[in-house]
Amino acid sequence: MLQEIILAGFGGQGVMSMGQLLAYAGMEENKQVSWIPSYGPEMRGGTANCSVTLSDTPVSSPLIDEPDTLFVLNRPSLEKFEGNVKPGGLLLLNSSLVKVEPQRTDLRVLKLPVDNLAQEKFGNSRVANMILVGAFVAITGAVSLDSVVGALKKVLPEHRHKLIPLNRQALELGVELAQS
Amino acid sequence: MITVFERPKSLTPAKTHYCPGCTHGIIHRLVAEVIDELGVREETIGIAPVGCSVLAYNYFNVDMYEAAHGRAPAVATGIKRVHPDKVVFTYQGDGDLAAIGTAEIIHAAARGEKITTIFVNNAIYGMTGGQMAPTTLIGQTATTAPNGRDPEVQGYPIRMSEILATMPGAAYIARVSVHNPQEVAKAKKAVKTAFQVQLERKGFAMVEVLSSCPTNWGLTPLKALEWLKDNMIPYYPLGVQKAPEEVKA
Amino acid sequence: MAKVLMKGNEALGEAAIRAGCRFFFGYPITPQSELPHYLAKRLPEIGGVFLQAESEVAAINMVYGAAGAGARVMTSSSSPGVSLKMEGISYIAGAELPCVIVNMQRGGPGLGSIQPGQSDYFQAVKGGGHGDYRLLVLAPASIQEMVDLMGLAFALADKYRNPVMILGDGTLGQMMEPVEFPEMIDPDKLPSKPWAARGAKGREPNIINSLYLNPLELEEHNLKLQAKYAQMAEEETRSESYYTDDAEIVLVGYGSSARVCKAAVDQARQQGIKAGLFRPITLFPFPKAEIQAACRQAKSVLTVEMSMGQLVEDVRYNLEFKVPVHFYGRAGGMVPTTRAVVSKITELVQEGGRSA
Repeated sequence: MLQEIILAGFGGQGVMSMGQLLAYAGMEENKQVSWIPSYGPEMRGGTANCSVTLSDTPVSSPLIDEPDTLFVLNRPSLEKFEGNVKPGGLLLLNSSLVKVEPQRTDLRVLKLPVDNLAQEKFGNSRVANMILVGAFVAITGAVSLDSVVGALKKVLPEHRHKLIPLNRQALELGVELAQS
Repeated sequence: MITVFERPKSLTPAKTHYCPGCTHGIIHRLVAEVIDELGVREETIGIAPVGCSVLAYNYFNVDMYEAAHGRAPAVATGIKRVHPDKVVFTYQGDGDLAAIGTAEIIHAAARGEKITTIFVNNAIYGMTGGQMAPTTLIGQTATTAPNGRDPEVQGYPIRMSEILATMPGAAYIARVSVHNPQEVAKAKKAVKTAFQVQLERKGFAMVEVLSSCPTNWGLTPLKALEWLKDNMIPYYPLGVQKAPEEVKA
Repeated sequence: MAKVLMKGNEALGEAAIRAGCRFFFGYPITPQSELPHYLAKRLPEIGGVFLQAESEVAAINMVYGAAGAGARVMTSSSSPGVSLKMEGISYIAGAELPCVIVNMQRGGPGLGSIQPGQSDYFQAVKGGGHGDYRLLVLAPASIQEMVDLMGLAFALADKYRNPVMILGDGTLGQMMEPVEFPEMIDPDKLPSKPWAARGAKGREPNIINSLYLNPLELEEHNLKLQAKYAQMAEEETRSESYYTDDAEIVLVGYGSSARVCKAAVDQARQQGIKAGLFRPITLFPFPKAEIQAACRQAKSVLTVEMSMGQLVEDVRYNLEFKVPVHFYGRAGGMVPTTRAVVSKITELVQEGGRSA
């Protein structure tokens, strides 16, 4: 198994910690993992992104040219990275903020209005990302839901651990939406 | 037999390379006598600068470093942070301390590093051939100011003691001279206080010693001492700039 | 100890502590700042000293002071800051003091960028400051290797009484990978350093110095240093050879470029191309015998760097110009992509390994 992921959005949308969550979840399963924040020209233009690799064998390069999965949380990120996704790859899109259609026709695309969903269902837009992560877990099986929940303890600071049940609910909603 | 004069234990028997009439020898001796009197010779680490006293590591009979030009206070900081119980001193000239090493001395004082600095100010670069120093007086000639220091061109001489005395981290700052025996005695007292302040962990301590350079001033040793008194002291007034309360009293 | 996910810069900090380093002097610069941040918090917890100096110049001279006083001591910076340290590094090498210097390289020259670069190779391996001296230069390519090499760096620094540089880049500093740390070394239990200046109690004074006014003495001192570097070349070269046994094209890269190369080798192998990777881990001393062995079957060699061509010169020199050595590099913070490296491999293989 080799799953290369790019996660991209505005700074402050939690893109970096979402990537770290996936890396920790991989570690929970004794996978080889790496996480790397945006580099090169991608750092310009008001977007933040990181790359995560989950693998059964040692990670050759943590720098990802062609991701298997792309998380897109805002429109500039779609424009920046859509073209790089592997043919047949997965595009997870926050349709609350991205109102345009992807150009690619060879990708598996899941559009979820996660900002709205998080607000409506949980009254907390901060768990929007977790819905997308839940969907990713359901579709790829790259890591298990339990591992992601276990990893929340590592990513969230101690005083936020009371939010773990809420995050879990958001993850489960993502699983549900991906399966339906 | 009664011994009336001997070499301090803190000086080696090495013959110094200093020019005739140079006052570095006197200042070395004062520092060595103080180290002996305080009984800290085996606990002391000294740092020689770049300049005329570059070879001071051969003359002080204590553990010594030779530092890069101006960096002695940073080197001293590294040593003192590793060995806070040891006595650490820097011995620096005016080019070393007041030109290339200005940042290092200011920040060592600002941090209140518990070190002692002996700052020898002779208003000229000796070793490299009589060039203008940051402390060269207005009108004083130097090989790089052949018509005399002109404030329009080279600006004004720096009074380091006054600058450092403004720093909260500096515990003791004094300016002394060695142009006559009375002043030498006072200088020794100041040097001793500067080491005691370190032993009592009060903060940064510095003694600026006005010194003569007959060779580069182009004067005989005696005339040079007179020139120091008549020209340097008016611009660089002697006295304690800053001291802990109990020392002042 | 269980594995933890850590940023390269932070892992270096913890690794230094595990290696018995209790003193750090540095000045802030991107992209290595997480290292001082980590140590500022961690060193005082274990009785160590973290000091933010007024400049890189002061920081390296504080290292000179602490190293001469017998401590395991470290500084870290990134390219422009390392240039400022060069004066002090020359003195440290001249005075034969052990210490570790980290350079998380960024793009240059001048202020350059804050993005990763590898254009300080020459500075690191050829001396960098004035005089005939060398640093022992270690180039990790993963976070675990950064940790492992930090321990080695302090050991080698003490063994040779020579500064050791860990040459990383912004990518390695910022990325996270799982790491396992070695047991803590107690600095008080390290072998004593009788040459250190810590007060001349019951002995003749020790002098920490790099000044030799007598030409004969300075020449002798230089010959002694050269003998030390020759011994390093004899005993300390380290490298990794990946699929080189039958490789017709051998990639050469260090640090994060080598990671890209590894991915490119994997892809090329999938396409049926006999590609391999030679990765020097010691950049000085350069693993000469090892690279020659790795390129035994090679019709061509491709050096990949985040620079305009520095490592490539040492590759040509150490292969004694027997194999055509090609170059692919990016600069300015641009990172070579796997795709670009694979297409360069394909191009070279089609040309039959001839010089382009």
